[in-house]
Amino acid sequence: MQMPEPNPAILAKKARIVERLRSVLPADAVIEDEMETRAYECDALTAYRCPPLAAVLPSSTEEVAAVLKICHEEGVPVVPRGSGTSLAGGALPTADSVILGVARMNEVLEVDYADRIIRVQTGRTNLSVTSAVEEEDFFYAPDPSSQLACAIAGNIAMNSGGAHCLKYGVTTNNLLGVTLVQMDGTVVEIGGAHLDAGGLDLLGLICGSEGQLGVVTEATLRILRKPEGARPVLMGFDSNEVAGECVSDIIKAGVLPVAIEFMDRPCIRATEDFAKAGYPDCEALLIVEVEGSAAEIDEQLGLILQIARRHNPVELREAQSADEAARIWLGRKSAFGAMGNINDYMCLDGTIPVNELPYVLRRIGEMSREFGLDVANVFHAGDGNMHPLILFNANEPGQLETCEAFGAEILKLCVEVGGCLTGEHGVGIEKRDLMVDQYDPIDLEAQMAVKDVFDPAWLLNPAKVFPLTASERRRSVALAAE
Amino acid sequence: MRPESEADLAEVIGSASDPFHIRGGGTRAVGVTSAAAVLETGGLSGVSLYEPGALTLVARAGTPLAEIEGALAAEGQRLAFEPMDHRGLLGTSGEPTIGGVVAANVSGPRRVQAGAARDFLLGVRFVDGAGQVVKNGGRVMKNVTGYDLVKLMCGSWGTLGVLTEVSLKVLPVPETAACLMIDGLDEAGAQEVMSRALTSPYEVTGAAHAPGGPGEQPLTLLRLEGFAGSVAYRTGRLQEMLTNLSVRVETDPERVAALWRWVRDVEIMQGTGGDVWKFSVRPSEAPGLVARLRASHPVERVLYDWGGGLIWVESAPGTDLRPKGLQGHATLIRASEQTRLELPVFQPEPTAVAALSAGIRARFDPRGMLNPGIMA
Repeated sequence: MQMPEPNPAILAKKARIVERLRSVLPADAVIEDEMETRAYECDALTAYRCPPLAAVLPSSTEEVAAVLKICHEEGVPVVPRGSGTSLAGGALPTADSVILGVARMNEVLEVDYADRIIRVQTGRTNLSVTSAVEEEDFFYAPDPSSQLACAIAGNIAMNSGGAHCLKYGVTTNNLLGVTLVQMDGTVVEIGGAHLDAGGLDLLGLICGSEGQLGVVTEATLRILRKPEGARPVLMGFDSNEVAGECVSDIIKAGVLPVAIEFMDRPCIRATEDFAKAGYPDCEALLIVEVEGSAAEIDEQLGLILQIARRHNPVELREAQSADEAARIWLGRKSAFGAMGNINDYMCLDGTIPVNELPYVLRRIGEMSREFGLDVANVFHAGDGNMHPLILFNANEPGQLETCEAFGAEILKLCVEVGGCLTGEHGVGIEKRDLMVDQYDPIDLEAQMAVKDVFDPAWLLNPAKVFPLTASERRRSVALAAE
Repeated sequence: MRPESEADLAEVIGSASDPFHIRGGGTRAVGVTSAAAVLETGGLSGVSLYEPGALTLVARAGTPLAEIEGALAAEGQRLAFEPMDHRGLLGTSGEPTIGGVVAANVSGPRRVQAGAARDFLLGVRFVDGAGQVVKNGGRVMKNVTGYDLVKLMCGSWGTLGVLTEVSLKVLPVPETAACLMIDGLDEAGAQEVMSRALTSPYEVTGAAHAPGGPGEQPLTLLRLEGFAGSVAYRTGRLQEMLTNLSVRVETDPERVAALWRWVRDVEIMQGTGGDVWKFSVRPSEAPGLVARLRASHPVERVLYDWGGGLIWVESAPGTDLRPKGLQGHATLIRASEQTRLELPVFQPEPTAVAALSAGIRARFDPRGMLNPGIMA
């Protein structure tokens, strides 16, 4: 993955830029020391690192606006950062960029249960939004697996999903309003505590724009009352095809589980070694969770188990207690940790039409042999969002490159069968160069035209999302203006 | 003009020099455009893909909505956002198309729980104002690949491009539905009851209130849907919650459907003579807003939906009902063409937001070919 060369003119005026930033922020909110900026050299895509020119930690919308205005005037690229948990390199800086971290903006500004909203500063973590409303039995639905650490700002930038979005939708479906600071320091309010846009749906456009259109400092989010209860059921099958058919039949039967998770044999074995959740040794495993009162859960699970039995499962296990439910989820929730325990791994995030599941899993198996790297599959089956984990050894020269090449082939396969490159992690730098496999030049041009409107100088997170060759002309206009 | 293919449509737009008034079924005449030439999408018709097991449907934009709803019903599925039929309210005729539903982001009472048309739209293909074919999104439920132009196109009323194909997430039709009917509540009381219902764990899929219901008496409606046992259970729990109120329960499927069609299509304002405004506001602020409107304007009829988040207001023709500093937005849905030219049909935006919208329009339709002025 290439990043653009830093602009020497910006590096040369670092002192002036830092001085100007210090004039609008408290002393401890501007980090420029080379040792300290290292803390911002990467996000969760750790294979790529580069310390920024400086990092700033504003505490308010006004401070964000002041920072952006200065960077705009100085022609300095700005890379917004939530908690730095992006798996796609969304917060990876360049040496000539300023990292704008929102971590100090983590206040709850308003909670209104009757209107079912919460307004927060966007540095607040995903899970702590739910914590803020839990006492009244409410929750914020999107639940990315990094929810303990990830910030709402990053969730909005990447339009994050989670395990429960089959029922509750992803970030964009739960976001009602934002305060957005544009690159020139202009502050705009989009949406609010009401539903839908009065004019063009700019809110829908901002969500998922990977920090390229503006910095979201405050957000109004939809909160929901917790269901009375939830219960998972575990099913084992002796083929991926049959498990895939079972998923399809459950959906067709009119049950809408909150989650349908799928694990294949390599993943089952690895997690079993690691977490000892007591999973059956089978080809494919499904965890299906439904919600409601005890009687409602019985009714839904009854139907689901009836469907599952038609597919000759090798195992059917219904949780009879909270402890058993936790054990069913244990392996799934430890899957990534289990993989990390045995190897370095790369986590992919393509989405496919659900009915293509068996074919795609078969092809991934074939490719695994061609590339000589093992793959474990764990994913949200109800919505076709796959997370193949490619195992490799980072210390062995060439393996990272082989792994990336293999990953690219899997994502191209996802596109080929009618799916997409990324379901919830975002493009960042990781999938940037694959965008041409999903979109024609005209399609990319339409997206880049939107950035032209919000950020004409292409200073916000400029080297992300679009292939560098596609965005080169726009980015070089910014450089020429120096 | 009625192109028969996407390529023809692109050719028509690319080679034209005068702007077009884009028309699907012609049933949602809300905004007014200065364009004289009509460009119809009816030639682009048909369901191109339907996978019930994947909950996805792809159709060409000119496909009649009825055809799509028929195909879904045959598999026990539906468009969960419950698109309103504007014909009764606007006195229009013709066949609503799926492209029209998407272009106007048309939802119904279930929007409050399930989401709007924009939340179910997975992908689009469209021809922009330069005659270029653009695609965005796809046919899978989770997709964050690049910018979400899908949301942008939904509700853009044809001003950014002419939709040629849309893909949608669909959902199963629940086994049963029930409607709780509460008589005699005043507006503030009804709003509070709706909020209590919507903040309960019982998954209320509709919450509406008419100060003057079908029998001219105040009527509050709450809808529950799902498996029979579950609906019965939740109906009971809601009745317990509302124990001091006069609650009737309707379970006859036809009558439940008719009640919610009455809400969805704003039947209370059909065939009446006034202007109709649609307000989207914070639910708890709805009764206060309506009281202020009544105090200063000749308000004739009111209907609350989405727990108060949506208010339909009918007033004497030619009255500007939009208050200063409104938190939310108001759209003039029905009025004479004269009034719709005199008053902004859509909520005027703050300067910085208007600049963004204008900038986007200028990029997608640089020559001003598509429904010019229709969102003014």
